[in-house]
Amino acid sequence: MTSPVAACPVTIRIQEDDFDIAREIAVLTKSRTDIGAVVSFSGICRADDDSAKVAALTLEHYPGMAEEEIGRHVDEAVSRWPLNGVTVIHRVGRFMPGQNIVLVLTASQHRQAAFQAAEFLMDYLKTNAPFWKKEESEAGTGWVEAQARDDEAAARWTRS
Amino acid sequence: MKVKYFAWVRERVGKAEETIEPPATVRTVEELIAWLSGQSEAYAYAFEKPKVIRTAIDHAHVKSDAAIAGAREIAFFPPMTGG
Repeated sequence: MTSPVAACPVTIRIQEDDFDIAREIAVLTKSRTDIGAVVSFSGICRADDDSAKVAALTLEHYPGMAEEEIGRHVDEAVSRWPLNGVTVIHRVGRFMPGQNIVLVLTASQHRQAAFQAAEFLMDYLKTNAPFWKKEESEAGTGWVEAQARDDEAAARWTRS
Repeated sequence: MKVKYFAWVRERVGKAEETIEPPATVRTVEELIAWLSGQSEAYAYAFEKPKVIRTAIDHAHVKSDAAIAGAREIAFFPPMTGG
């Protein structure tokens, strides 16, 4: 018996406004009875960056490319895992510690695909989506440097 | 072609975007970076470590040996730090 391919609605938004996680999950799962798992990842502005205390972060992006690049990685996630819905929301602007920066939701029939796809999307978002963070701290203001550990995290998903 | 700069590359160049007309001998991303670096001290400073610079042509990541022929928009930026 063949089952019909489940629809996988994709939402990608870049916005200044905050997001409401509960509302986004409700939108993703509305009228669906095929979804058995939703994984939610939120990235939050953190006050401690190794040594200096962060007062604020400013997120800059490349309009147009950012949406397209996230879209390419969502397409890859959909081709690799049986997903029933994906939402990616990335905020831009100036943030204080404790404020939301990014949201990734992945929905699937079972948890494993949802967990893996969410992790895959975040790893690629950090290294390949055109966003840049500028940090204001006690030590001054400067651009955040890319971390080798983020490149390593993304590299583990590469298929040979 | 239109060129865009982001984050510290934008700050060092001193502008977010511009239209440039490099000579026909400039064929790759690498050659374009070298050509821009020769235009002024600001470009030379922005591109002082060309290996660090990431490039996108028409909204897609490319390597430094990518051909620039036919590109509508080329963007230069530092390694990304979103998420």
